[in-house]
Amino acid sequence: MATKKNNTLKLKFESARSYAPAPESRSAATINERYELFINGKFDKPQGKKYFDSINPATEEKLSSIAEAGAADVDRAVKAARNAYDTTWKKMPGKERGKYIFRIARMMQERARELAVVETLDGGKPIRESRDFDVPTAANHFFYYAGWADKLEYAFPAKKPQSLGVAGQIVPWNFPLLMAAWKIAPALATGNTVVLKPAENTSLTALRLAEIIQEADLPPGVVNIITGAGATGAALVNHPDVNKIAFTGSTEVGKIIARSIAGTNKKATLELGGKAANIIFDDAPLDQAVEGVVNGIFFNQGHVCCAGSRLYVQESVYKEVLRKLKDRLETLIVGDPMDKNTDIGAINSKEQLNNINKYLKIGQQEGAEMYQSSVPIPAKGFYCRPTIFTNVAQSSRISQEEIFGPVLTIQTFRTEDEVIEKANNSPYGLSAGVWTDKGSKIFNLTTKLRAGVVWANTYNQFDPASPFGGYKESGYGREGGLHGLAPYLNLS
Amino acid sequence: MSPTIVVNLALTHLIMPQKIISAQPDFSISPRVDQVGIIERAARFTKRSIKNETKLNGLLLTLNMIDLTTLEGKDSEGKVKQLCYKAIHLHDTYQGLPTVAAVCVYPSMVKTAKHALGNSGVKVASVSTAFPSGQSSREVKLRDTKFAIDQGADEIDMVISRGRFLQGEYNFIYDEIATIKEACGDARLKVILETGELGTFDKVRKASDIAMHAGADFIKTSTGKISPAATMPVTLVMLEAIRDYYYKTGRMVGMKPAGGISKSKLALHYLVMLNETLGEDWMNNQWFRFGASSLANDVLMQIMKAKTGIYQGKDYFAID
Repeated sequence: MATKKNNTLKLKFESARSYAPAPESRSAATINERYELFINGKFDKPQGKKYFDSINPATEEKLSSIAEAGAADVDRAVKAARNAYDTTWKKMPGKERGKYIFRIARMMQERARELAVVETLDGGKPIRESRDFDVPTAANHFFYYAGWADKLEYAFPAKKPQSLGVAGQIVPWNFPLLMAAWKIAPALATGNTVVLKPAENTSLTALRLAEIIQEADLPPGVVNIITGAGATGAALVNHPDVNKIAFTGSTEVGKIIARSIAGTNKKATLELGGKAANIIFDDAPLDQAVEGVVNGIFFNQGHVCCAGSRLYVQESVYKEVLRKLKDRLETLIVGDPMDKNTDIGAINSKEQLNNINKYLKIGQQEGAEMYQSSVPIPAKGFYCRPTIFTNVAQSSRISQEEIFGPVLTIQTFRTEDEVIEKANNSPYGLSAGVWTDKGSKIFNLTTKLRAGVVWANTYNQFDPASPFGGYKESGYGREGGLHGLAPYLNLS
Repeated sequence: MSPTIVVNLALTHLIMPQKIISAQPDFSISPRVDQVGIIERAARFTKRSIKNETKLNGLLLTLNMIDLTTLEGKDSEGKVKQLCYKAIHLHDTYQGLPTVAAVCVYPSMVKTAKHALGNSGVKVASVSTAFPSGQSSREVKLRDTKFAIDQGADEIDMVISRGRFLQGEYNFIYDEIATIKEACGDARLKVILETGELGTFDKVRKASDIAMHAGADFIKTSTGKISPAATMPVTLVMLEAIRDYYYKTGRMVGMKPAGGISKSKLALHYLVMLNETLGEDWMNNQWFRFGASSLANDVLMQIMKAKTGIYQGKDYFAID
């Protein structure tokens, strides 16, 4: 019956990658030549008069000049936030605060296309993702927390929730607008004022959000957005008049922050790195599991703290899963982030690309087998093919350290206990995924996996109502949902 | 007899039954399908933005993949003749359009269609096996099929006995398909699962596996008489079954979604799904068909728009 030998069979996907270009129009958004600091409701020049360049990682072209906030600017911003807190925001009834937050949410929806285009140009993520995920989810966060503003007593029955004061917030470059929303929305809903610093590579959507906030007529100083690199962040963290630090970023910087606020009264939530296990059992719906693996590691070029970067496959289905995964990899389009058909866009920066390439080398030196899809990548800009490593050991660096790129390691396992032990054998514990048709197995694993989020038969699903945060070196505190209100409140 | 020969014989004896067993998998443990996952994946294909030459090629390919269908009690020879003319002359003001793949009719109309299509290359497909319900005896279904073949059908679209399938009588379904396949001779056999009556994606997958192992040349979603007919998630389940079967056996099986695909945009979504699931070897009417009656005109409308820049009214396209 069989005419050819099985191992020679291969599907051809060349034409599945060669769709005619379908670029989103760049003119949907205008980007200013220069952006200032947003302090006390106005765009203001930095006192040090220093600016840095923001580039488009897909083309390496300069997009804009961004103001660099020095210690004096940070001080101005914190003072403005304190003043706004004392004079207006603290006293305003929750119902009125809620109205402002709803207004921001609606204005983000109105300007969704523009925000998506800016996010993609500035960060390199595919327009499909910024359009369908980043911007709508960010707006949803404001909608969700707007609803909580006048219901805080119901969120914490028998307690008297009190706002903290000024929140210093630092967000990363992987989801610039969404992370800003995660930080600002609950802070405003709970009656705090904000000084937010976006990552230096990706300041543009946060500044666009500042414009929206200005237009929404939020009282001056309630939200201040200051741009700059690590030094600016350090000045914010160390400012004595900040009551609360909310940070999302690397574990390394998280540790520095934890050290510098030790012994102070500052509250903190840290959402740090991850090296999530994605576990496929032999009774899983394999095609959907493979799709989940792809969403888990190649979403946003793998620049996701909860990315499913360690794949564990039960040995009896290993070959089949690997074949399906390789076939699926062939249909992933890598290239111009502005093209609506692009699945994997540009790596966010040259440094990050170098870092990923470093790990690709380490993996090969460690004796792991590297496989990359045959997709062509653009010559200019920062790109990396989707990559999988097989023949990986639990002790390999590539399966222990966070790579933060489109790189997946695959190991096999035999029993449930073995995979639980291996999955938990990591300094991180942000998220995990379980793929099985058996409900009892899901419950067994979700109780034993030491990870803040465990997805069952899906991956990378986010909702404003669902809390998010880590175990171990992945940080502490929860953001999102009812849990996300508590870190911004004194509950007595 | 030397001991070596005895050993050899014993080995052959051991290997033989193993081969037979491995050729027929246990259909009660077909791979599972996750409902949420398959719907999400199918929706993802609709995000592809198909433009310019890719769009035009896709539209022309769609036309060439259509099984132009009329399956009504009131079908007349005149209507079938008109349909056959349309199958060959889709829209003669546009030079160089392809023909459709086949014309799909009831067995009683096969002769008329065969005659009308002549040597145009357009195939005649006939439904059979007590279409659409399949509620009859095996003998009647066989005679139904043989009649269609005798009348000159190039392809047979059979229905499975959904009642028996839902009762768990998978062997019955297997034998039914294998028997009809045998009766088909050189004609290609499309097996209609009627997914709208199967209820779950798991069952669609199981029925697909049975049909392919029993010899189906094509698996097809629906009769068009039951709602829901073809949907993208159901079609994706079947495409994935075809892919797994191909890797297992090396034999290609075709796919035909039927019913409910009447807009060219949706047809292009299906082609994207096909292209990214089975690859380019399946991107022709040997391996993929649309069972549709009104799709052709919507595609023609889009093609004329691409050529002239203007949308023309539906009255500028012949209905059959």
